[in-house]
Amino acid sequence: MSDPRMNRHKTRREQGDPAGRSGATTGRGGASASLGNFFTLHAQALIATLGQLSRRPFSTSMTVAVIGIALALPAGLYVLLNNAERMISGWEGGNQISLFLKTGVNESRAQQLAEALRRQPGIASIDYISRDNALDEFRRLSGFGDALDALNDNPLPSVLVVHLKKDMTDPALIEQLLGKLRNRPEVDIAQLDMQWVKRLFALMAMVQRGVLVLASLLGLAVLLVVGNTIRLAIQSRRDEIVITKLIGATDAFIRRPFLYSGAWYGLGGGILALLLVQFSLYVLQQPVHNLALLYNSSFALYGLDIVTAAVLLGSGALLGLFGSWLAVGRHLKDIEPN
Amino acid sequence: MIRFTNVSKRYEGGFEALNDVSFHLTPGEIAFVTGHSGAGKSTLMKLIALIERPTNGQVIVNGQNLAKLGRRAIPFHRRNIGVIFQDHQLLFDRTVFDNVALPLVIAGYGQAETAKRVRAALDKVGLLSKEKAYPISLSGGEQQRVGIARAVVNRPALLLADEPTGNLDPEMSWEVMKIFREFNEVGVTVLIASHNIEIIRRMQCRVLRLDHGRYIGEIPAARGLA
Repeated sequence: MSDPRMNRHKTRREQGDPAGRSGATTGRGGASASLGNFFTLHAQALIATLGQLSRRPFSTSMTVAVIGIALALPAGLYVLLNNAERMISGWEGGNQISLFLKTGVNESRAQQLAEALRRQPGIASIDYISRDNALDEFRRLSGFGDALDALNDNPLPSVLVVHLKKDMTDPALIEQLLGKLRNRPEVDIAQLDMQWVKRLFALMAMVQRGVLVLASLLGLAVLLVVGNTIRLAIQSRRDEIVITKLIGATDAFIRRPFLYSGAWYGLGGGILALLLVQFSLYVLQQPVHNLALLYNSSFALYGLDIVTAAVLLGSGALLGLFGSWLAVGRHLKDIEPN
Repeated sequence: MIRFTNVSKRYEGGFEALNDVSFHLTPGEIAFVTGHSGAGKSTLMKLIALIERPTNGQVIVNGQNLAKLGRRAIPFHRRNIGVIFQDHQLLFDRTVFDNVALPLVIAGYGQAETAKRVRAALDKVGLLSKEKAYPISLSGGEQQRVGIARAVVNRPALLLADEPTGNLDPEMSWEVMKIFREFNEVGVTVLIASHNIEIIRRMQCRVLRLDHGRYIGEIPAARGLA
């Protein structure tokens, strides 16, 4: 099609309408009228598309279900990850070193040692766990209490738990301190405790990245699902599109209902995903509670907070909108009256 | 209102639908375009509504050189023209009222104004009682009148009708023509493509004749076909 685009925007306004009917025939009133039209058109499309979707409940709910499941997966994993982070965040307060004292070291010697160490650079605080306390704790947490009863003596050593200062992050310095502590005559074993927590954090960071990748892939899947659904809708309403173009519909007018349909699909999928996640958490709640009790913890699962829920719904709607925008851009141009 | 200057249209594949056609239709006129099928009547209509672009020559409608209208301006150009099709082009999943209201919805009219204009248009074509009916339940003549109501609801200055009586019996055809005449009498320019000799003769208005894409002169108003 030849398309002399010169002055394309100017032509209508400048040349006016010689018949003097432009006000009535084009429906282009003043600025306020145009703004009113704009909102009228959008409100009409918004409601009309919702009506159209609700008249085909089966196919609509199939599409919404696919989107909902696709969104629920990353959202659910995100919630679980969040909970895991919350659970181990109590352990995060910097490195600590456990000093297992020799069996001959009595309580006053241990307290003296603690006092001496407290003044050392790099050390924040020191907890003393006596042999009796250690025994109590072991009995309570390990589940081997009965086995201990069979022993005549308390086999556990007393322990000094050395909390390092927050700025003690340099491995070389920590190693140096560890060596010094190890050489104390009272100390049997000096052990850096936080190595495994670090590994856990590294693992969590990896899982987090994995969830991100999964979310991207499933987001792409949502785009394709919505895009395909809208493509079919465009094809099935081909005649209607041709007719409305013939009587003066702009591309924006024709595009609008499809875009809104896409957004509705996405929003519906988001709502379904929200329900799925909350339902799964509800199902998990009791077993998690029981497990926490076994570990003597009051840990409870947290659900989606308001912000995350809003992000889930919003990203659902946006993915739907974007998916239909892609489909509309690709397929609507091909439909012209002839 | 409509001026063709040396207009040619060649379709892909080499078929020449119009060849060097020039004519002028003044505002307020009513005229027929006639010729055998394939003479170029439909192509002529399509050039005016910007469904097709000419290969050569200049088309001016309502003072506007159509070559200067880009893709984005086409919808606004079409809103100034009421087009009536042989096959009605109605939406069968909507009521008569909604079909007629479509041009107003597209232009963004409010509900009250839309309802008022739709009822006025339906009244003019004598279908006010059928506003809640679906097109499928109407006769061919009634469907064509719904198409006419939709074409005039926006009060265009120009009406184009492509074979409007193609599927109608003589009596209904005459009814449709009388409606066109009524619009013409209130100042609307009307151009009707038809090969219905009987109707053209009875209407006694200007007739533009096409033959194999060439303009072969006209029969002035008030004489009709000999």
